[in-house]
Amino acid sequence: MKTLYKMPEAITERPTTYCPGCPHGVAHRIIAELLGEMELTKKAVIVWPVGCSVFGYYFIGTDAVEAAHGRACAMATGIKRAHPESFVITYQGDGDLASIGIAETIHAAARGERITVIYVNNGNYGMTGGQMAPTTLLGQVTTTSPYGRDARANGFPMKVPEMLATMDGPVYIARAALDSPKHIIQAKKFIRKAFNAQARDLGFALVELISSCPTNWKMTPVEALERIKNEVLPIFPIGEMKVNEGVA
Amino acid sequence: MDKKVIINEERCKSCELCVDVCPKDVLRISERLNPKGYHPVELFDNEGCISCGFCFLICPDAAIVEVRRPVKVKK
Ligand SMILES: Cc1ncc(C[n+]2csc(CCOP(=O)(O)OP(=O)(O)O)c2C)c(N)n1
Repeated sequence: MKTLYKMPEAITERPTTYCPGCPHGVAHRIIAELLGEMELTKKAVIVWPVGCSVFGYYFIGTDAVEAAHGRACAMATGIKRAHPESFVITYQGDGDLASIGIAETIHAAARGERITVIYVNNGNYGMTGGQMAPTTLLGQVTTTSPYGRDARANGFPMKVPEMLATMDGPVYIARAALDSPKHIIQAKKFIRKAFNAQARDLGFALVELISSCPTNWKMTPVEALERIKNEVLPIFPIGEMKVNEGVA
Repeated sequence: MDKKVIINEERCKSCELCVDVCPKDVLRISERLNPKGYHPVELFDNEGCISCGFCFLICPDAAIVEVRRPVKVKK
Protein backbone atom coordinates (compact mmCIF):
# COMPACT_ATOMS: atom_id res chain seq x y z
CA MET A 1 0.00 0.00 0.00
CA LYS A 2 1.23 3.46 -0.91
CA THR A 3 0.24 6.32 1.41
CA LEU A 4 -1.36 9.19 -0.48
CA TYR A 5 -2.63 11.32 2.40
CA LYS A 6 -1.57 11.21 6.03
CA MET A 7 -2.29 13.41 9.05
CA PRO A 8 0.66 15.76 9.49
CA GLU A 9 2.84 15.37 12.56
CA ALA A 10 2.02 18.80 13.96
CA ILE A 11 -1.64 17.81 14.50
CA THR A 12 -1.80 16.66 18.12
CA GLU A 13 -3.62 13.65 19.55
CA ARG A 14 -6.03 15.89 21.38
CA PRO A 15 -9.57 15.91 19.91
CA THR A 16 -10.72 19.39 18.91
CA THR A 17 -13.36 21.33 20.83
CA TYR A 18 -15.17 22.33 17.62
CA CYS A 19 -18.75 21.41 16.74
CA PRO A 20 -19.25 18.53 14.28
CA GLY A 21 -18.51 19.68 10.72
CA CYS A 22 -16.75 22.94 11.71
CA PRO A 23 -14.06 23.73 9.12
CA HIS A 24 -11.64 25.19 11.69
CA GLY A 25 -10.14 21.68 11.82
CA VAL A 26 -9.53 21.70 8.06
CA ALA A 27 -7.71 25.04 8.33
CA HIS A 28 -5.59 23.57 11.16
CA ARG A 29 -4.67 20.56 9.04
CA ILE A 30 -3.60 22.70 6.07
CA ILE A 31 -1.38 24.86 8.30
CA ALA A 32 0.15 21.80 9.99
CA GLU A 33 0.81 20.14 6.62
CA LEU A 34 2.56 23.20 5.20
CA LEU A 35 4.64 23.74 8.34
CA GLY A 36 5.80 20.13 8.00
CA GLU A 37 6.45 20.28 4.26
CA MET A 38 8.33 23.59 4.51
CA GLU A 39 10.21 22.49 7.65
CA LEU A 40 8.91 25.39 9.67
CA THR A 41 7.22 23.56 12.57
CA LYS A 42 10.12 24.11 14.97
CA LYS A 43 10.44 27.80 14.07
CA ALA A 44 6.72 28.52 14.12
CA VAL A 45 4.97 30.68 16.69
CA ILE A 46 1.22 30.77 16.22
CA VAL A 47 -0.70 33.65 17.77
CA TRP A 48 -4.15 32.27 18.59
CA PRO A 49 -7.23 34.50 18.84
CA VAL A 50 -10.26 34.80 21.03
CA GLY A 51 -13.08 32.86 19.42
CA CYS A 52 -13.82 29.19 18.86
CA SER A 53 -10.16 28.58 17.95
CA VAL A 54 -8.97 29.98 21.30
CA PHE A 55 -7.64 26.53 22.26
CA GLY A 56 -5.79 26.13 18.95
CA TYR A 57 -2.47 25.58 20.69
CA TYR A 58 -3.82 22.25 21.94
CA PHE A 59 -4.49 21.12 18.37
CA ILE A 60 -1.39 22.26 16.43
CA GLY A 61 1.82 21.42 18.26
CA THR A 62 3.97 24.51 17.76
CA ASP A 63 5.09 27.31 20.04
CA ALA A 64 2.14 29.57 20.63
CA VAL A 65 0.74 32.56 22.43
CA GLU A 66 -2.82 33.57 23.09
CA ALA A 67 -3.70 37.13 22.13
CA ALA A 68 -6.33 39.37 23.69
CA HIS A 69 -9.38 39.65 21.43
CA GLY A 70 -8.35 41.18 18.09
CA ARG A 71 -4.75 41.92 19.03
CA ALA A 72 -3.07 39.00 17.28
CA CYS A 73 -1.35 41.12 14.60
CA ALA A 74 0.02 43.47 17.27
CA MET A 75 1.43 40.57 19.30
CA ALA A 76 2.78 38.93 16.18
CA THR A 77 4.55 42.18 15.28
CA GLY A 78 6.36 42.18 18.62
CA ILE A 79 7.32 38.53 18.42
CA LYS A 80 8.60 38.79 14.85
CA ARG A 81 10.62 41.93 15.58
CA ALA A 82 12.15 40.47 18.72
CA HIS A 83 12.76 37.06 17.10
CA PRO A 84 13.18 37.65 13.37
CA GLU A 85 14.29 34.03 12.92
CA SER A 86 10.89 32.73 14.06
CA PHE A 87 7.99 32.07 11.71
CA VAL A 88 5.01 33.98 13.05
CA ILE A 89 1.44 33.17 12.06
CA THR A 90 -1.77 34.67 13.39
CA TYR A 91 -4.95 32.61 13.24
CA GLN A 92 -8.06 34.77 13.57
CA GLY A 93 -11.82 34.67 13.15
CA ASP A 94 -13.83 37.35 11.41
CA GLY A 95 -15.12 38.81 14.66
CA ASP A 96 -11.58 38.90 15.98
CA LEU A 97 -9.83 40.27 12.88
CA ALA A 98 -12.45 42.38 11.12
CA SER A 99 -14.31 43.79 14.11
CA ILE A 100 -12.45 44.39 17.36
CA GLY A 101 -9.02 43.85 15.74
CA ILE A 102 -9.38 45.72 12.45
CA ALA A 103 -7.06 48.57 13.50
CA GLU A 104 -4.24 46.18 14.46
CA THR A 105 -4.71 44.26 11.22
CA ILE A 106 -4.66 47.27 8.92
CA HIS A 107 -1.66 48.86 10.59
CA ALA A 108 0.33 45.62 10.60
CA ALA A 109 -0.44 45.37 6.87
CA ALA A 110 0.49 49.02 6.25
CA ARG A 111 3.78 48.54 8.08
CA GLY A 112 4.46 45.45 5.98
CA GLU A 113 5.20 43.32 9.03
CA ARG A 114 6.79 39.99 8.12
CA ILE A 115 3.89 37.96 9.51
CA THR A 116 1.33 35.61 7.98
CA VAL A 117 -2.34 36.02 8.80
CA ILE A 118 -4.85 33.19 8.44
CA TYR A 119 -8.28 34.75 8.60
CA VAL A 120 -11.19 32.33 9.03
CA ASN A 121 -14.47 33.93 8.01
CA ASN A 122 -17.61 32.08 9.08
CA GLY A 123 -19.88 35.11 8.86
CA ASN A 124 -20.68 35.40 12.56
CA TYR A 125 -19.29 35.36 16.11
CA GLY A 126 -19.24 31.60 16.55
CA MET A 127 -18.03 31.22 20.09
CA THR A 128 -20.45 33.63 21.72
CA GLY A 129 -23.54 32.22 20.03
CA GLY A 130 -23.80 33.54 16.48
CA GLN A 131 -24.02 37.33 16.72
CA MET A 132 -23.71 39.50 13.60
CA ALA A 133 -20.11 40.09 12.44
CA PRO A 134 -18.77 42.69 9.99
CA THR A 135 -18.82 39.87 7.41
CA THR A 136 -22.46 38.82 7.92
CA LEU A 137 -24.28 38.88 4.57
CA LEU A 138 -27.15 41.29 3.89
CA GLY A 139 -30.39 39.60 4.86
CA GLN A 140 -28.64 37.00 7.02
CA VAL A 141 -30.44 36.26 10.27
CA THR A 142 -28.25 36.17 13.39
CA THR A 143 -29.05 36.60 17.07
CA THR A 144 -28.34 40.35 16.78
CA SER A 145 -29.96 40.80 13.35
CA PRO A 146 -33.16 38.81 13.94
CA TYR A 147 -34.87 40.30 10.86
CA GLY A 148 -31.81 39.82 8.68
CA ARG A 149 -28.87 42.20 8.24
CA ASP A 150 -30.18 45.49 6.89
CA ALA A 151 -27.70 47.77 5.07
CA ARG A 152 -29.34 50.93 6.35
CA ALA A 153 -29.14 49.90 9.99
CA ASN A 154 -26.12 47.56 10.04
CA GLY A 155 -23.98 48.50 7.07
CA PHE A 156 -22.52 46.23 4.43
CA PRO A 157 -20.40 43.06 4.71
CA MET A 158 -16.71 43.91 4.93
CA LYS A 159 -14.22 42.51 2.42
CA VAL A 160 -10.88 42.59 4.18
CA PRO A 161 -8.62 41.14 1.45
CA GLU A 162 -9.91 43.60 -1.17
CA MET A 163 -9.25 46.42 1.27
CA LEU A 164 -5.72 45.33 2.17
CA ALA A 165 -4.83 44.67 -1.46
CA THR A 166 -4.93 48.41 -2.10
CA MET A 167 -2.06 48.95 0.37
CA ASP A 168 1.68 48.83 -0.28
CA GLY A 169 2.71 46.80 2.79
CA PRO A 170 1.16 43.44 1.91
CA VAL A 171 2.94 41.23 -0.62
CA TYR A 172 0.35 38.45 -0.81
CA ILE A 173 -3.42 38.70 -0.28
CA ALA A 174 -5.91 36.00 -1.24
CA ARG A 175 -9.27 34.46 -0.46
CA ALA A 176 -10.00 30.73 -0.54
CA ALA A 177 -12.90 28.59 0.67
CA LEU A 178 -13.17 25.40 2.71
CA ASP A 179 -16.41 24.12 1.20
CA SER A 180 -15.15 21.34 -1.10
CA PRO A 181 -12.08 19.14 -1.62
CA LYS A 182 -11.21 21.18 -4.73
CA HIS A 183 -11.32 24.49 -2.88
CA ILE A 184 -9.41 23.02 0.06
CA ILE A 185 -6.56 22.01 -2.27
CA GLN A 186 -6.59 25.55 -3.67
CA ALA A 187 -6.60 27.02 -0.15
CA LYS A 188 -3.42 25.08 0.59
CA LYS A 189 -1.79 26.49 -2.56
CA PHE A 190 -2.66 30.02 -1.48
CA ILE A 191 -1.43 29.53 2.08
CA ARG A 192 1.83 28.09 0.76
CA LYS A 193 2.42 31.38 -1.07
CA ALA A 194 1.55 33.33 2.06
CA PHE A 195 4.11 31.24 3.96
CA ASN A 196 6.66 31.88 1.20
CA ALA A 197 6.15 35.61 1.69
CA GLN A 198 7.44 35.34 5.25
CA ALA A 199 9.98 32.56 4.69
CA ARG A 200 11.59 34.75 1.99
CA ASP A 201 11.34 37.91 4.13
CA LEU A 202 9.16 39.71 1.59
CA GLY A 203 6.40 41.18 3.75
CA PHE A 204 2.89 40.89 5.12
CA ALA A 205 0.58 38.16 3.81
CA LEU A 206 -3.04 37.33 4.52
CA VAL A 207 -5.31 34.53 3.34
CA GLU A 208 -9.01 34.64 4.09
CA LEU A 209 -10.66 31.24 4.35
CA ILE A 210 -14.42 31.20 3.80
CA SER A 211 -15.74 28.82 6.41
CA SER A 212 -19.07 27.70 7.81
CA CYS A 213 -20.72 27.63 11.23
CA PRO A 214 -23.30 24.82 11.09
CA THR A 215 -24.37 25.28 14.72
CA ASN A 216 -25.12 29.00 14.56
CA TRP A 217 -26.37 28.90 10.98
CA LYS A 218 -28.75 26.19 12.28
CA MET A 219 -27.90 23.84 9.44
CA THR A 220 -26.34 20.41 9.04
CA PRO A 221 -22.63 20.51 8.15
CA VAL A 222 -23.47 19.45 4.59
CA GLU A 223 -26.14 22.17 4.19
CA ALA A 224 -23.74 24.76 5.61
CA LEU A 225 -21.12 23.97 2.95
CA GLU A 226 -23.87 24.19 0.30
CA ARG A 227 -24.74 27.64 1.63
CA ILE A 228 -21.12 28.75 1.19
CA LYS A 229 -21.26 27.72 -2.45
CA ASN A 230 -24.68 29.24 -3.18
CA GLU A 231 -24.81 32.35 -1.00
CA VAL A 232 -21.40 33.32 0.37
CA LEU A 233 -19.01 32.85 -2.56
CA PRO A 234 -21.02 35.12 -4.93
CA ILE A 235 -20.46 37.96 -2.40
CA PHE A 236 -16.96 36.91 -1.28
CA PRO A 237 -15.34 35.62 -4.50
CA ILE A 238 -12.32 33.35 -4.31
CA GLY A 239 -9.03 34.52 -5.78
CA GLU A 240 -5.68 36.16 -5.32
CA MET A 241 -5.99 39.91 -4.83
CA LYS A 242 -2.32 40.78 -4.59
CA VAL A 243 0.68 38.70 -5.63
CA ASN A 244 4.01 40.47 -5.48
CA GLU A 245 7.06 39.16 -7.25
CA GLY A 246 8.81 36.31 -5.51
CA VAL A 247 5.99 34.75 -3.49
CA ALA A 248 4.90 32.11 -6.02
CA MET B 1 -6.88 -6.37 0.97
CA ASP B 2 -5.70 -3.82 3.52
CA LYS B 3 -8.02 -0.91 4.20
CA LYS B 4 -7.57 2.04 1.85
CA VAL B 5 -8.99 4.52 4.34
CA ILE B 6 -7.75 4.44 7.94
CA ILE B 7 -10.29 5.89 10.36
CA ASN B 8 -9.75 6.92 13.97
CA GLU B 9 -13.26 6.25 15.24
CA GLU B 10 -12.66 7.97 18.56
CA ARG B 11 -12.13 11.34 16.86
CA CYS B 12 -15.13 11.13 14.51
CA LYS B 13 -18.01 13.49 15.28
CA SER B 14 -20.40 12.01 12.75
CA CYS B 15 -20.62 15.23 10.71
CA GLU B 16 -21.15 13.18 7.52
CA LEU B 17 -19.08 15.52 5.34
CA CYS B 18 -16.91 12.60 4.16
CA VAL B 19 -20.00 10.54 3.32
CA ASP B 20 -21.32 13.49 1.32
CA VAL B 21 -18.15 14.14 -0.74
CA CYS B 22 -17.29 10.49 -1.43
CA PRO B 23 -17.72 10.05 -5.20
CA LYS B 24 -18.10 6.26 -4.91
CA ASP B 25 -20.38 6.14 -1.85
CA VAL B 26 -18.17 3.67 0.01
CA LEU B 27 -18.45 5.39 3.42
CA ARG B 28 -21.40 5.34 5.81
CA ILE B 29 -22.28 6.27 9.37
CA SER B 30 -22.05 3.12 11.49
CA GLU B 31 -24.41 1.85 14.17
CA ARG B 32 -21.59 1.81 16.76
CA LEU B 33 -21.09 4.52 19.36
CA ASN B 34 -17.71 6.05 20.17
CA PRO B 35 -16.71 7.34 23.64
CA LYS B 36 -17.92 10.83 22.73
CA GLY B 37 -21.36 9.45 21.91
CA TYR B 38 -21.15 9.87 18.13
CA HIS B 39 -21.75 7.19 15.51
CA PRO B 40 -18.37 7.03 13.76
CA VAL B 41 -18.04 6.74 10.00
CA GLU B 42 -16.95 3.42 8.47
CA LEU B 43 -15.56 2.27 5.14
CA PHE B 44 -18.00 -0.50 4.16
CA ASP B 45 -16.78 -1.07 0.61
CA ASN B 46 -12.99 -1.19 0.50
CA GLU B 47 -13.01 -2.65 -3.03
CA GLY B 48 -15.11 0.24 -4.35
CA CYS B 49 -12.83 2.91 -2.83
CA ILE B 50 -10.66 4.70 -5.41
CA SER B 51 -8.31 6.32 -2.83
CA CYS B 52 -9.23 9.80 -4.08
CA GLY B 53 -8.68 11.31 -0.62
CA PHE B 54 -11.73 13.57 -0.70
CA CYS B 55 -12.78 12.25 2.72
CA PHE B 56 -9.35 13.09 4.12
CA LEU B 57 -9.44 16.60 2.68
CA ILE B 58 -12.91 17.47 4.00
CA CYS B 59 -12.60 15.83 7.46
CA PRO B 60 -12.33 18.59 10.08
CA ASP B 61 -11.46 16.27 12.97
CA ALA B 62 -8.44 14.29 11.84
CA ALA B 63 -10.66 11.20 11.99
CA ILE B 64 -9.66 10.14 8.47
CA VAL B 65 -6.05 9.53 9.42
CA GLU B 66 -4.64 8.11 6.23
CA VAL B 67 -5.62 7.26 2.65
CA ARG B 68 -3.67 4.58 0.79
CA ARG B 69 -3.57 3.05 -2.66
CA PRO B 70 -2.66 -0.56 -3.40
CA VAL B 71 0.56 -0.96 -5.41
CA LYS B 72 0.92 -3.58 -8.11
CA VAL B 73 3.54 -6.14 -7.18
CA LYS B 74 5.74 -7.22 -10.10
CA LYS B 75 6.10 -10.98 -10.31
C1 LIG C 1 -12.27 42.20 24.68
C2 LIG C 1 -13.30 41.16 24.46
N1 LIG C 1 -14.50 41.48 23.92
C3 LIG C 1 -15.42 40.53 23.69
C4 LIG C 1 -15.18 39.22 23.99
C5 LIG C 1 -16.25 38.17 23.74
N2 LIG C 1 -15.99 37.32 22.60
C6 LIG C 1 -15.46 36.10 22.75
S1 LIG C 1 -15.34 35.27 21.29
C7 LIG C 1 -16.00 36.57 20.43
C8 LIG C 1 -16.23 36.52 18.94
C9 LIG C 1 -15.38 35.59 18.15
O1 LIG C 1 -15.85 35.49 16.85
P1 LIG C 1 -14.89 35.16 15.63
O2 LIG C 1 -13.64 35.93 15.74
O3 LIG C 1 -15.69 35.33 14.38
O4 LIG C 1 -14.47 33.64 15.82
P2 LIG C 1 -15.33 32.29 15.80
O5 LIG C 1 -15.74 32.04 17.22
O6 LIG C 1 -16.50 32.52 14.88
O7 LIG C 1 -14.39 31.25 15.29
C10 LIG C 1 -16.31 37.62 21.31
C11 LIG C 1 -16.96 38.87 20.87
C12 LIG C 1 -13.91 38.90 24.55
N3 LIG C 1 -13.58 37.62 24.85
N4 LIG C 1 -12.99 39.87 24.77
